[in-house]
Amino acid sequence: MPSLKTLRNRINSVKSTQKITSAMKMVAAAKLRRAQAQAEASRPYAFRMGEMLAALAASERVNPNANPLLVGRAQVRTHLLVAVTADRGLAGAFNSNIAKYVRQQVKALEAQGKQVKLFTLGRKGNDALRRDMGGKIVGTKNFVGRKSIAFTDAEEVAQEIVRGFQDGEYDQVTLVYNHFHSVMTQRVTEQGLIPASASPVNDNETEHNYEVEPDDGTLLDRLLPRNLAVQIYAALLENNAGFYASQMTAMDSATRNAGEMIKKLTLNYNRARQANITKELIEIISGAEAV
Amino acid sequence: MPIALEIISPEKLLLAREVDMVVLPGTEGDLGVLPGHAKLVTSLRGGLVDIYENNQVTDRFFVSGGFAEITESRCAVLADDITRQAELDPALAASLLDEAKVAYAAVDVADHAAYLAASDRLIAAQAMVDSITPAQADRL
Repeated sequence: MPSLKTLRNRINSVKSTQKITSAMKMVAAAKLRRAQAQAEASRPYAFRMGEMLAALAASERVNPNANPLLVGRAQVRTHLLVAVTADRGLAGAFNSNIAKYVRQQVKALEAQGKQVKLFTLGRKGNDALRRDMGGKIVGTKNFVGRKSIAFTDAEEVAQEIVRGFQDGEYDQVTLVYNHFHSVMTQRVTEQGLIPASASPVNDNETEHNYEVEPDDGTLLDRLLPRNLAVQIYAALLENNAGFYASQMTAMDSATRNAGEMIKKLTLNYNRARQANITKELIEIISGAEAV
Repeated sequence: MPIALEIISPEKLLLAREVDMVVLPGTEGDLGVLPGHAKLVTSLRGGLVDIYENNQVTDRFFVSGGFAEITESRCAVLADDITRQAELDPALAASLLDEAKVAYAAVDVADHAAYLAASDRLIAAQAMVDSITPAQADRL
């Protein structure tokens, strides 16, 4: 039976933990709103770019000299996985879900006889994967201490990835990130970066009827790296929004758990207190009777 | 009949409204877009996007490059980096131009992609300096 003092101390420490988690929950909720707004604002650009690319890609698929960024390489020996995670933890399984998925994918790809390289975006993913797959990590970037993510950040990452692809370090690139489905659910999602996964055009036109300036090839040379940056940017923003949502949910349940814990401890504390009083009364009474 | 113009940067939708005409700085030369324009996709060089309403320029934006998608009724400008012409900073423009000149001088001509990037950057920086009106430069 713990003493009254230790119980009191425990109740106090759980109470202060609860204060922290509920404050974190509120901060995450406020940041989530901002992150969602930012993700929302970036959608029109990504949408139009996807449209343009889809229109151009249809005719380019049959071109034997098409840009490898669009159609990929004939032989895929090395695969690059870009793992997008958050820079901070305390968000439930948000980061470990990505790490788990990446590990599975690495195993699956290696079973197919392919080489795998990793690029980690975000500190937590790098920390988690460095331990057992440190040798595979070819690049890493995080945004620790940054208020918001700018497009130029995504552009830098895209440039690095394109450079590696053109130097032949890898033949296929896939992005793994948490898709912000709703505040309660974030889904680990895989998206092809190279070759570009141009969503099929909605209308039934397979041949685009656009005039193109300067010409298809030159335009695609400019458009494809740009599109890569846009997709990475979108993933970073989704990841950001998902992170805050996940943190909010995690902190919410932590606050609730702390409340239950306090209730249980208070009950124990009161029982112990009453038991003490009863014991003392019995001692006094039996003492008085003995006289 | 107006044309629906959208100016979009990666970060946000900057402007979406109906205008009479847009003049875009295409890589192959400036192009004026009126309603009923043939479907066109083009890349943009650094320069000014002019918006015309009632035969007058009502808005001017500086873009450092990007793309435009034009259909009969719509014109979407996907800009890399965009500033209102009135908000251009002469000092920033001058320093960007100096940087771009240095980068251009240092670039390896054999490296096609790097050379293209450097020359694009130089063109954009020069266009930014040229887009600043004398009145704006004087205010400095």
